[in-house]
Amino acid sequence: MRKLLVELKAGESGIVVDITGGFGFQRRLATLGIRIGKKVRMITAQPFRGPIVVGVGGGDVAIGRGMAMKVLVEVPE
Amino acid sequence: MRILLMGNPNVGKSVVFSRLTGTSVVVSNYPGTTVEFTKGTAKIGKKRVDVIDVPGTYTLEPTSRAEEVAVEMLEDGDVVINIVDATNLERNLYLTLQLLEKKVPVIVALNLSDEAKHKGITIDVKKLEKLLNVPVVPTVATTGEGIKKLVSRLSKAKAHAYKHTDEQRWEKIGKIIGDVQTVVHRHHTFRETLADATVKPITGIPVAIGIIALMFIVIIFIGEGLIAIFFDPAFEAYEPIAMKMSEALGSGGFLHNILIGNLINGGIEFTQSMGLLTTGIFVPFAMVLPYIFAFYLVLGFLEDSGYLPRLGVLADNGMHRVGMHGLGIVPMLLGLGCNVPGVLSSRILETRRQRFIALTLMGIAVPCMAQLAIIVGLVGPYGVGSLAIVFATLFVVWVVIGLLLNKVLAGESPEMFTEIPPYRMPYWRATLKKLWMRIRHFLTTAIPFVLLGVLLVNILYTLGIIDFIGDIASPVVVGLLGLPPAAAGALIIGLLRKDVAVGMLIPLGLSMQQLVVAAVVLAMYFPCVATFAVFIRELGIKDTVKSTLIMIVMAMLVGTILRFVLGG
Repeated sequence: MRKLLVELKAGESGIVVDITGGFGFQRRLATLGIRIGKKVRMITAQPFRGPIVVGVGGGDVAIGRGMAMKVLVEVPE
Repeated sequence: MRILLMGNPNVGKSVVFSRLTGTSVVVSNYPGTTVEFTKGTAKIGKKRVDVIDVPGTYTLEPTSRAEEVAVEMLEDGDVVINIVDATNLERNLYLTLQLLEKKVPVIVALNLSDEAKHKGITIDVKKLEKLLNVPVVPTVATTGEGIKKLVSRLSKAKAHAYKHTDEQRWEKIGKIIGDVQTVVHRHHTFRETLADATVKPITGIPVAIGIIALMFIVIIFIGEGLIAIFFDPAFEAYEPIAMKMSEALGSGGFLHNILIGNLINGGIEFTQSMGLLTTGIFVPFAMVLPYIFAFYLVLGFLEDSGYLPRLGVLADNGMHRVGMHGLGIVPMLLGLGCNVPGVLSSRILETRRQRFIALTLMGIAVPCMAQLAIIVGLVGPYGVGSLAIVFATLFVVWVVIGLLLNKVLAGESPEMFTEIPPYRMPYWRATLKKLWMRIRHFLTTAIPFVLLGVLLVNILYTLGIIDFIGDIASPVVVGLLGLPPAAAGALIIGLLRKDVAVGMLIPLGLSMQQLVVAAVVLAMYFPCVATFAVFIRELGIKDTVKSTLIMIVMAMLVGTILRFVLGG
């Protein structure tokens, strides 16, 4: 099932399948490990539209909700 | 020869740096920027070489000013030691590949290799070396493991001029990772569980409040302890010596006034006498330094443990309302020590608008340790309640002005996007080295200004200028703020250094209400000269003037309101 990165529940993982946004945006996400084909795990989402924290590769990344709306992930059923 | 240490943020670069270099370390600003870098020297064989700790960067296609500087510095490096995080090899290799396109000799330090082992990550170093075609040395910088080998293989560093597109880079990285890295799944360690818990709001917010409260308790405990155990006795022992000097100078006259100051009831009062050899050294050493030391000790520990980005995540929501994002909490915290490094660290915020708001709020309502010493010195004797009025006022001002600036200034604040590093036990040598550099910065920037301030007070008094200014400023100082005209002198000297102003206010015999007003206005109306100078560097003249005008107007407004609310 496909969903947006922000929609993952805490502890849920998915594979990044698409990133909408320009080349610069994609490259910026890539520097911290968020790329197409990478596995991401939701750690926590802050309330009131705050940032989310995901685990990716060997580390954790905090990413604003607006940015995370542009990342599509595939979650195994 | 010049060695550059380059790598992603949070890979232990500064630990490698402090392993390689001795004590002769300087922090400089890259010309024309507020981007700081650290430089030291190392002995390699018989040669002394420069080692530069380049600001951390994820890529050589710069996305921030700090990264631009990193790229520019690459031009004058002879060798690059690329520090790579073994627990996050894939992401780190991106920078490595870019470095291998730059025709500069590179050697790779595969750092944190102990942590990688813990996480079940095994890396075939020989194979990695072959694939990258540069030397790769596994290191554990915190224990010193591998550092000698790194140094001995430095001469084998190799330059390449590969040409890759972005896609080719990732493709190559994917291949390398597949060839050299094996990962065995391990269960969450305690540290990882703690890492998650402190960033989840339900558990994280109480922990954050606890940590900040604890931080201040520890700072006050250490600061007061140092004063009671060391600085008070030291100045008690110094007093008879100062009195002898006073007698030798004839107990009066111009030179006596400048060096020793006024005798109060026939003796020296270190806070009020206003001589270079009395107040001039007492204020920076016995009133401010203990708290500076305590503050940076605690903050350094928080920084190096990896906690601050988590605090940033938790604070992000609130910080957005005042026009910044979560990481804006970092310059605000640093500004509590001294606004100068606070301003410099504001580059963690991406846009000019965010930095303008951060700096203005810092200048207005984030009291540095010197200001804190004044507030406590002036208002403290009237108890916790009066102190609470001062701090609550500053906090409300911070929030209200932040909300207003966020409404008024065009533009939006970008979202937070940052790495959350794992918790690590700070390596004491690197943490202490940073502490020492910060204390040295305080000593070299604050003391000249304090002495200059004390000198100026004496000269201006002797020439009658302070009385003159007091007359001119009396509509504001007396009319609005309800302070005696002589308080104007303190406000003038406060432009230079706030802590010098205490000694001028104490003898005026102000009421508690007047002291609260004076302390708040002094904290708000202008940053000190040193901070003003970095404001100009960071914001330019025009925005600095704008920011300063906001400060002056708000200080007068809040001071007047406080005066009438308190009924002073």
